[in-house]
Amino acid sequence: MPEPGGAAAGAAPPVLLAVSGLHAHYGRAHILSDVALEARQGEVLVLLGRNGAGKSTTMKAIMGLVPPSAGQVRLDGADLAGQEPHVIARAGIGYVPEERRIFTDLTVMENLAVGRRPPRACLAPWTPERLFALFPNLGEMRNRPGGRMSGGEQQMLTIARTLMGNPRLLLLDEPSEGLSPLIVEQMANTILQLKREGLTVLLSEQNLHFAGLVSDRATVIEQGRIRWSGTFAALEADAAAQAQYLSV
Amino acid sequence: MMELLLVQGLNGLASAASLFLVAAGLSIIFGVTRIVNFAHGSLYMLGAYIAVTLFAVLPRDQLGFWGAVLLSAVAAGLLGALLERLVLRRLYGAPELFQLLATFGVVLIVQDAALLIWGPQDLLGPRAPGLRGAVYVGEARIPLYDLFLFAVGPVVLALLWLLFNRTRWGTLVRAATQDREMVAALGVNQRWLFTTVFFLGSLLAGLGGALQLPRGQPATLHMDLDVITEAFAVVVIGGMGSVPGAFLAALLIGMLQAYGILVFPKITLVLTFLVMAAVLVVRPHGLLGRPQGAARALGAGVEAVIRPAPPALRRLGLAVLALLLVLPPFLGSYAVSVLGEIAVFVLFAASLHLMMGPGGMASFGHAAYFGLGAYGVALLVTNFGVPMLGGLVAAPVVAAIAGAVFGWFCVRLSGVYLAMLTLAFAQIAWSGAFQWVELTGGDNGILGVWPEGFLAGPLPFLYLTLAVSIGVTLLLRRVIYAPFGYALRAGRDSPLRAEAIGIGVRGVQWRAFILAAAAAGVAGGLFAYGKGSVFPTYMQISRSVDGLMMVLLGGVQTVSGPIVGAVVFRGLEEQLLRLTDYWRAVLGAAILLLVLAFPQGIAGAAQAWWQRRGAGTGPAAAGTERGEAERAA
Ligand SMILES: Nc1ncnc2c1ncn2[C@@H]1O[C@H](COP(=O)(O)OP(=O)(O)O)[C@@H](O)[C@H]1O
Ligand SMILES: [Mg+2]
Repeated sequence: MPEPGGAAAGAAPPVLLAVSGLHAHYGRAHILSDVALEARQGEVLVLLGRNGAGKSTTMKAIMGLVPPSAGQVRLDGADLAGQEPHVIARAGIGYVPEERRIFTDLTVMENLAVGRRPPRACLAPWTPERLFALFPNLGEMRNRPGGRMSGGEQQMLTIARTLMGNPRLLLLDEPSEGLSPLIVEQMANTILQLKREGLTVLLSEQNLHFAGLVSDRATVIEQGRIRWSGTFAALEADAAAQAQYLSV
Repeated sequence: MMELLLVQGLNGLASAASLFLVAAGLSIIFGVTRIVNFAHGSLYMLGAYIAVTLFAVLPRDQLGFWGAVLLSAVAAGLLGALLERLVLRRLYGAPELFQLLATFGVVLIVQDAALLIWGPQDLLGPRAPGLRGAVYVGEARIPLYDLFLFAVGPVVLALLWLLFNRTRWGTLVRAATQDREMVAALGVNQRWLFTTVFFLGSLLAGLGGALQLPRGQPATLHMDLDVITEAFAVVVIGGMGSVPGAFLAALLIGMLQAYGILVFPKITLVLTFLVMAAVLVVRPHGLLGRPQGAARALGAGVEAVIRPAPPALRRLGLAVLALLLVLPPFLGSYAVSVLGEIAVFVLFAASLHLMMGPGGMASFGHAAYFGLGAYGVALLVTNFGVPMLGGLVAAPVVAAIAGAVFGWFCVRLSGVYLAMLTLAFAQIAWSGAFQWVELTGGDNGILGVWPEGFLAGPLPFLYLTLAVSIGVTLLLRRVIYAPFGYALRAGRDSPLRAEAIGIGVRGVQWRAFILAAAAAGVAGGLFAYGKGSVFPTYMQISRSVDGLMMVLLGGVQTVSGPIVGAVVFRGLEEQLLRLTDYWRAVLGAAILLLVLAFPQGIAGAAQAWWQRRGAGTGPAAAGTERGEAERAA
């Protein structure tokens, strides 16, 4: 199997997610203005920005949880903007929220069962067993209620739960937030492994170091507007952009 | 003696079975959809009536009998699913009180539909074939059917447990009870989940209704509201959304009623609600309940800006006042009495509005204070011959004392739980009036409470009513714009910040509660003199709901709302009463239409329209309410 989305130059893989002209409001507050980004098949795209820049809102707007007031969200060419969250999820977008939102009353197995959707032709279907291979900790606590797990374990469980839906595109909202350095490193390995599986990932981060471990390309958001887009290597080289949009 | 205790205990267990079925259904529906469904009692009633019909149609053997029971339950389930799809689905985003109002509209429609289909008489069902006999323990006779009912509760509990813990559907329901948005983001169609949950919950209600009949309890047109108040109590005691909690609470209430009747035959109804109040104070989320993550304050979500009336509205108000001054002498006696009643209900609605709008406390039991004012007057007049002025002063005092006691508990809770506790207190007051026959005359009420002297004529009494009602209503309006009103709104909008700037939120809410109770008491006192009599119905749940409808129809967050709402609602009801026997159904349909068309209420919609025209922008319109509140404090 060829490595999709590798750093290799040459013919770029096709665009999987294309967001353009996206606007979103909370009540009367205009939060996102004309947001545009593109994730190609099999790559990890990181959405970088300071706290409150609009990363989570972008993800929620893509997911239909905050209905966009204008713009397009195309997955493989089909516009999903304005659809309901469950339609968007079924179309192949998996969402891992920042606050994790584990079902605390449900066991690990039950949490996974909620996420289960039929397999998709293009990807190997996820099963609990395959997920336990990816997250060995979870396999040891199959019947533990979600409420009695550590933060790191809960983070693993949210990702596993979303993968049970066999998404083509994974939205990961600040997965490294609040985790110990050791777990953060595990998280980076997990993301790279998912990429090897052929999954496309849109990651949101404030942590440049963590983003650097996994990302192919980067898009920078500030005050609800896209300020910078390019390869991650180019961003690392662009000290001015980093200072302007990312340093605290 | 032992045998009596045994029989009563078993009796309690048998009635607990139906109550558990109804309450479990209500609880499941609330857990997932967060809708407090008044119409759940209607589905219980429909289950019973449909069973009566099916028992008559199907063969009188085992198969026919049990088939009829199951088919009635399924029919109730389907009707519940239909209700969800046609009405409630459009209201999931609306404030909770609007959902409630809509479900009450459905209650009214179903009542008249049942009246039309099955007629006004109580209808008995057959005994269960094969379970007609009884077993004897000593002298004590225990019907076999009751023994069967003992088993129903635990069996249904076990089946529900299996359904929720061993099926994917059940897992989804439990997940959605905690976080339904996340469930949707994982690809689950919420609509399908909600409709099926309504089906199951309503099926349980219908089953409860059908299973009551073979005990010899008839299907009646008032069993809907009777059961829903008890089911609310059970759900609140057990914990909203908890099925085992509902089971425990139903047993508790069943036993309490059964033994209570031996010890305190006068206050069995009070007992249920006393237990509920006690449980809520000790465990605010019920015996087995947990805090609801997503539970917002009732009525939240409405644009919460209260502004002084624009000059145009003021001019309109003055014109109406002038008209009220000159018009009455030219009106017929019917119009005079209707006008007086409307004035009383404007005051009643305005007092409830103070609690709900600026106070953010939704009361389901405001009629208690109206009724206590009325009973206060009636008791003083008939027992001590107190003159009218004394009566009118006593009415708010009696209501305020009750408000101080009940309110002290209520302000410790919020949202649905607060609403349920107010309901509980109102039911206590109502059952006192209903069951304490020596003092209150029970159902017969107290007669002969007429205004005296020169005020006895209809016209002078109307002027008195108008003067007092409008005067107190304007006083309440002033309170909203006084520093006290700002502090109240600050406490509603952000309790923590209000505390931080030195507002004792509970104390302010408590005083608002007392004030609202006193004003409702004034309305009740006037009403007693106007009618010449008082009845327990003054305090019953439907009167509280009338008040809610007036406030909500008008719009919670507009100060003129309750006035408009009371006039429209009372006027509508009055006209309908004259025009049709099926006024309930028409009223219910009107409520549904209004709620679906104007989720902000009539005055709220008018205000929005006014602002869109760019007219209502006075200097006060610029500041946000929260800003004003903080400046005032
Ligand atoms: N539920 C909400 N209601 C109103 N404003 C919100 C809400 N959630 C976020 N915001 C505002 O939207 C902006 C973007 O927030 P968010 O997308 O969460 O940023 P990020 O994820 O980049 O930290 C912030 O200014 C935040 O205050
Ligand atoms: Mg965020």
